[in-house]
Amino acid sequence: MNTVYFLVQQTMFFSVPLLLVALGGMFAERGGIINIALEGIMILGAFTGILFISTFQAQIPGQTILLLAMIVSAATGVLVSLAHAYASVNMKANQIISGTAINMFAPAFAIYVARMIGTVQQIPFVNEFRIAQAPGLGSIPLIGPLFFQNTYLSTYFGFLILILSHVALYRTRFGLRLRACGEHPQAAASVGIDVRKMRYAGTMISGALAGVGGLVFIIPTSTQFSATVSGYGFLALAVLIFGQWDPRRILGAAFFFGFMKTIAAAYSGIPFMQTLPIPGSIYKMIPYLATLIVLAFSSKQSGAPKAAGIPYDQGGR
Amino acid sequence: MRSVEKLRRFVSGDHASDALSSLMAIAVGLFVGFLILLFSNPAQAPAGFGAVLTGGFSDMKNLGQTLYFAVPIILTGLSVAFSMKTGLFNIGASGQFVVGAYAAILVGVKCTFLPGHTHWIVALLAALAAGALWGAVPGLLKAYRNVNEVITCIMMNYVGMHLVNYLIVRTVFDPLKNQTMRVAASANLPKMGFDAIFRVGNNVSGANSGVLVALLMAVVLWVILQKTKLGYELKACGLNEKAARYAGIDAHSGIVISMMISGAMAGLGGALLYLSGSGNGISVADVLAKEGFNGIPVALLGLNHPIGVVAAGLFVSCLTVGGFNMQLYEFAPEVIEIMIAVIIYFSAFALLLQGFLRSRGHRFRAKAASGAFLDAEEAKRE
Repeated sequence: MNTVYFLVQQTMFFSVPLLLVALGGMFAERGGIINIALEGIMILGAFTGILFISTFQAQIPGQTILLLAMIVSAATGVLVSLAHAYASVNMKANQIISGTAINMFAPAFAIYVARMIGTVQQIPFVNEFRIAQAPGLGSIPLIGPLFFQNTYLSTYFGFLILILSHVALYRTRFGLRLRACGEHPQAAASVGIDVRKMRYAGTMISGALAGVGGLVFIIPTSTQFSATVSGYGFLALAVLIFGQWDPRRILGAAFFFGFMKTIAAAYSGIPFMQTLPIPGSIYKMIPYLATLIVLAFSSKQSGAPKAAGIPYDQGGR
Repeated sequence: MRSVEKLRRFVSGDHASDALSSLMAIAVGLFVGFLILLFSNPAQAPAGFGAVLTGGFSDMKNLGQTLYFAVPIILTGLSVAFSMKTGLFNIGASGQFVVGAYAAILVGVKCTFLPGHTHWIVALLAALAAGALWGAVPGLLKAYRNVNEVITCIMMNYVGMHLVNYLIVRTVFDPLKNQTMRVAASANLPKMGFDAIFRVGNNVSGANSGVLVALLMAVVLWVILQKTKLGYELKACGLNEKAARYAGIDAHSGIVISMMISGAMAGLGGALLYLSGSGNGISVADVLAKEGFNGIPVALLGLNHPIGVVAAGLFVSCLTVGGFNMQLYEFAPEVIEIMIAVIIYFSAFALLLQGFLRSRGHRFRAKAASGAFLDAEEAKRE
């Protein structure tokens, strides 16, 4: 049973950042902007968030500083995403190009600034954010160890965002308008929706979530930030496509992938797998191979927003 | 007179406005880079910026290094550009690059029975095949299972990396350096006199005949795209798949072939890097090959045109070598990547810039035409 608890707890560390960032990407693409810059935005969000923690850790107590850092990361993400939105909406730029530019800019900028401040590119921080056992909830049998022990505030934040995303997308006027702008912007414009504003909104939400996602990916898995999020932005993009641009399916995809990743990372701690004569590299391949196989048998129809990636042209049909 | 007319038509034409908007993006990127240098260390900034601008060709050794670093990114750039031309986005060049590199090294280490002058050619062919195979998977899944190629390419990057790490340890591992073994000398690309030209005294650059292979591939891709039926069909699929299908083009196999060619280019890039005789091997680490992702900006900067990609690859490589030299003035070389990122960002504005330049060109021509008309009218009156 302990193994199961351990696996579930570990899965959260991998899945929640993927969930957050993929949901971010969903808002951008549902509005019609492909945001391949998720990776870069994650890096910059993690960079400012960790820099904030590392600077003020002595003065501000644990969970407060985590919440403040998440706000810093989200703000950074929004700022960066504005550059992408400006290129994609105002300048009608190729969204892949603009996103690639941000992905290239982010690690270089993070390393450069880190070196200017502290001569090395790594930014260390003390992980004092782990919640060993949530008061009250953590002592519930079964559910306690599964969801309320060895956890982080960010996990619950992730689920909160999931619910909010679902409601916002399918139950509000904003969501309906956003989806219209991603499917058929000219039709949306014809009924008085400001397509540019909606696309800006979608991209900025994606920036905020990707920024936070970068931070909450680094915190449980590392003790320093070294200008990389190990390709998780691209994986989130994959989770988004795997999840067919829908919050509930994205949840499924993120957890499928996170669980596979956990097995790959922790197989040596699982008694049954330890005995199998399979080398570590093969386990590491499993998450990606499994995703490929699932996709090959499930994705005959694509739920991609029809106008995603196409600059909005008022005169178009 | 005729050539002047030709030149004028070129300058006011679409190619020129494409190139001009790229040049403007480059100017903005360089300017931002200069500002960053100025901001971080005003005293050293002019000298450092000078090193960036001229470092890539300040002497024969540096020029050779520029060529050396350009080869892999030209190949991955060609890979990305070819897929883009055919309406696909090959973000999997990284995985294709590393499997190609591994295949080449495997042949280079194990197949010493091959006669000297064919050894390196077989190694390159192995890389082409491995890259094509790695590209074929996303192609097949896209064509027959309608799986978005971006996601499969990303997955194949990781599968490729882990698989290669596993295979290296099983076959060609050098545990002292934690990387692949040295290939046999006959598997290295011939120097063809490059080492004699691009050197300063005993300081030899890494340039080798890989440059020629890269150029050859650019020409081959250009011919495929512009002069063959296959290229025409692939481009037609890229522009409008439904229309292409209606015209009787087999779009399914087109997607697979395009991804295979694209993958082969990236795989060849891996071979050319590791068969350059520099003694570098693939190190066993859980890191994706950077060269694959660097192909994306090169392709975009080269406007997805094979010849443009060669120019863009040389340009990026030249800045990179300049960045190494800039470290003499105590600047971090990451400035170069920031500059390239800014250049790419502004080259994304090309659409608007080109529109602006074109309308300026049209207005200018209209004005000139009406001016000529008025002159003629006046001449008639007199």
